Amino acid sequence: MQSTSRNFKDNAHKALNDATLQRALLNVKSGFQENRARTVAGLPEFERLRDAGRDIKNHVLANLDFYLERFEENVTANGGHVHWCRTPAEAREKILEICKRREAKTVTKGKSMVAEEIGLNDYLEENGVEPIETDLGEYIIQLRHEPPSHIIAPAIHVTREQIAVDFRREHSDLDPNRRLEEPRDFTDEARAKLRDKYFAADVGITGANFLIAETGSTVIVTNEGNGDMTQLLGKAHVVIASLEKIVPTLEDASTILRLLARSATGQEMSVYTSFSTGPRRSEDRDGPEEFHVVLLDNGRSAMLGTEFQDMLRCIRCAACMNHCPVYEAVGGHAYGWVYPGPMGSVLTPSLIGVEEAGHLPNASTFCGRCESVCPMRIPLPKMMRHYRQREFEKGLSPQKARAGLSVWSYVATRPKLYRLATRLASGLLGRLGKVKGRLTTLPLAGGWTSVRDMPAPEGKTFHDLYRDRQAAKGGRE
Amino acid sequence: MAHPQPPESDPQSPSAPTAPAKSPRVGLFVTCLVDMFRPSIGFATLKLLEDAGCTVVVPAAQTCCGQPAFNSGDNKDTRAIATQVIEAFEGLDYVVAPSGSCAGMIREHYPELFADDPAMAQRAQHVAKRTYELTSFLVDVLGVTKVDAAMAGTVTYHDSCSGLRELEVKVQPRRLLAGVSGLSLTELPGAEVCCGFGGTFCVKYPEISDKMVTNKAEEIVATGADTLLAGDLGCLLNMAGKLKRLGAETKVRHVAEVLAGMTDTPAIGDPAASLPNKER
Amino acid sequence: MSARDDILGSIRKSLGREALTGDAAAQLRQRLAQPARNLIPDRTAGRDTAGLTTLFVDKAREFACTVDEVDSLDAVPEAVRAYLSRENLPARLVQAPALADGLDWSQTPTLEIKTGTSDGSEDTSVTPVFAAVAETGTLMLTSDVTTPTGLNFLPENHIAVLRRSQIVGPLEDAWARFRAARAKAGTAGPGDSFTMPRTVNLITGPSRTGDIEQKIQMGAHGPRRLHVILVAD
Repeated sequence: MQSTSRNFKDNAHKALNDATLQRALLNVKSGFQENRARTVAGLPEFERLRDAGRDIKNHVLANLDFYLERFEENVTANGGHVHWCRTPAEAREKILEICKRREAKTVTKGKSMVAEEIGLNDYLEENGVEPIETDLGEYIIQLRHEPPSHIIAPAIHVTREQIAVDFRREHSDLDPNRRLEEPRDFTDEARAKLRDKYFAADVGITGANFLIAETGSTVIVTNEGNGDMTQLLGKAHVVIASLEKIVPTLEDASTILRLLARSATGQEMSVYTSFSTGPRRSEDRDGPEEFHVVLLDNGRSAMLGTEFQDMLRCIRCAACMNHCPVYEAVGGHAYGWVYPGPMGSVLTPSLIGVEEAGHLPNASTFCGRCESVCPMRIPLPKMMRHYRQREFEKGLSPQKARAGLSVWSYVATRPKLYRLATRLASGLLGRLGKVKGRLTTLPLAGGWTSVRDMPAPEGKTFHDLYRDRQAAKGGRE
Repeated sequence: MAHPQPPESDPQSPSAPTAPAKSPRVGLFVTCLVDMFRPSIGFATLKLLEDAGCTVVVPAAQTCCGQPAFNSGDNKDTRAIATQVIEAFEGLDYVVAPSGSCAGMIREHYPELFADDPAMAQRAQHVAKRTYELTSFLVDVLGVTKVDAAMAGTVTYHDSCSGLRELEVKVQPRRLLAGVSGLSLTELPGAEVCCGFGGTFCVKYPEISDKMVTNKAEEIVATGADTLLAGDLGCLLNMAGKLKRLGAETKVRHVAEVLAGMTDTPAIGDPAASLPNKER
Repeated sequence: MSARDDILGSIRKSLGREALTGDAAAQLRQRLAQPARNLIPDRTAGRDTAGLTTLFVDKAREFACTVDEVDSLDAVPEAVRAYLSRENLPARLVQAPALADGLDWSQTPTLEIKTGTSDGSEDTSVTPVFAAVAETGTLMLTSDVTTPTGLNFLPENHIAVLRRSQIVGPLEDAWARFRAARAKAGTAGPGDSFTMPRTVNLITGPSRTGDIEQKIQMGAHGPRRLHVILVAD
């Protein structure tokens, strides 16, 4: 996917002025936040489970090569195939190769962020294979030719009125008198429309929430059941997953499952958690004839051992974006690439470069709410700050800001000079704002006063007043 | 490269703070915003600390905690500023700031700044362990349960992010406010959501900041409270500035002013000349 | 160099070490061969069969399942008939081959019974389960020639027949039963001590989606209704 992260400010400007989007974004708060809070409150061990989840993932990352090899052994032992891919291009080509060998015309797809990361749909389409998204949200954005704006609720930026227009445009057989108003109407229409597609599909492609080293299983966690039909009914099942999805055992997966749904949708368990191990057995009555796991690196192995390693603990629950006031203000598309919100602000510069995505780690108030809800205790603000450091060291941050900072630092490390400067500034601004108590415009502070007033200083600095007070008391300081 | 970790606190360290002495020597970290914009908060802090039996010292060699540089990725300048703070405060029993953000900077981030310099890291750790946000210091360290103050009216309270999430400041200001006679607290929905200040964020991304502070201002007004309180002047300037721009009547003050009973000054963003018809 | 070698090499380079050998590798192999449990919530601790049953039923209902209890397997066909009639559903169904010997449908002649997997045309399926997890009201189903996976997803209504003795506390207890039931004789090594079926489905309530403005709708792609018939045993 072509990134527009460079244009974050423009993207954000458009998003903030898009009334429909702003209406849709209200659903983030009402749904996800309240549901998470309720289910977390219902599990007294939640905080300790966060520690356990973090520890499991840290253990995996320290031994990632070992567990990947065990995973591969066990996939193979169960009749499946593992394909190691360094780059998005390698992963795309491998998947196309499988499709071509199966002479695939259509492939059904369960929701996969890694598929978005490698730009799979466009590539398949360009090569004569039709991808059909089956997750309702993904289906809607595929009709709209848009990328997802959220990693678990891809169409959260769309209102039902917009979906009605999309369905009427794309579903040519839809009776014009058929009602499309209530959420039920859309769900039924999509359900009916997609039914036959599952059976007709030559290949079913899903992502994976976990890869289990012990058994060679891939795991998907869903609520709709579309992913299960995709992996059951396609003649071949292709799983696309990134390296860090591995966990050692079924017990380890069970621990993280207790965190995942609560952090994501605020459920205790998602409706379907499905473990796939190899193709159909000879005696089975259903299931795919082939089972492939396409393992993607795309820069992750190089994140190990760096200050960004902790990011690889991420389980893609979206709690960080669900609780991010910046995400809530601008939505996911403004971030300009596949992964939005706080996790995206760290992962995007890691995967496509800080030169391209430099805005993202800067567009945070460091309010820390993301870290406070992250089930894997990923220190997201700290890693965003690491990126700011890199940008500063590489000279990528804006020249004006750097110059300002450098003057300020010079003064701030010289207390006497600093006293003089603050005395002047406080006095001047205090006089300017004396009548109203605030300033409505201020040169060089347009970023502030364009949207809010500047309360006026009281006129004298604390240090001057304190010095005077001590002098009057005959005290020393 | 090794993953940088802050040095672990050493329970054996002779510098670990113990129970407060009879009259602990407390260094007041004024903060740059209080110094320049609202000295009243500094004097309110001074009064609260002295009323609680502290000997308060205001080191002259302090300017800022270094967050503007730190959050801009400029660690070299941050270290220079941090060194200055450490030198100015390391001889005292405690460091107290009327700000969760600055106290959090010293407490949580100074040690990690010197990860490559063990000697400095130890000094940073020493100061970090003694640094507190004002209300947390009064309640958690000094065990203050009641302040001698009165203010008639309804207030609402915004939990500033750093204090809340880095220092777990949540119940302390509320516990103290409960003892202010005549005052009642109406909780702010979304009190734990960022106001959109974020230091340089608010001028680097003014439109996003505006959206956040507008939401906040609307929620504040909807509580019907006549005064908004918080523990960080940065957030207060932001929210007061937005409330004023929107023409809201809500007064804005730092929690220290109310706890110290020093509310005769104009509220943040209000004119110096009091308007009797409005004030009474 | 192959992509595989490249990726493994890059991981090792980042971690600053060679491939694990000797004790380090042996310890990890041991961790896989004898999977330890991590922290398990107290929710199910100290409950007997009756306590686990109550918790399971409460949780299943909380997550939008319906539950009927019957005294014996013999009573299941009538319970199925009554459920279909109560819900105004067509009097026909497809049952998992695993149930064919156990359920005597002759008592319910009005029902049209098919045995096998689903081709997507049936309204209702009836399946056994492998276990049920009281902690979250979750059913565990495993695929086999007698329990095809299609039955769990394709029909609009899924009726699961669960015996009380199949209810366990936490998910880890279900895995313990699973490992025991599928143990291979005289094997060693990771993933080699028991056989994995092609599919294990953990199912917690009927299919749903929140993709239209975050409003929850049942029956997105999978079953709209999940009905559990709990058999005393």
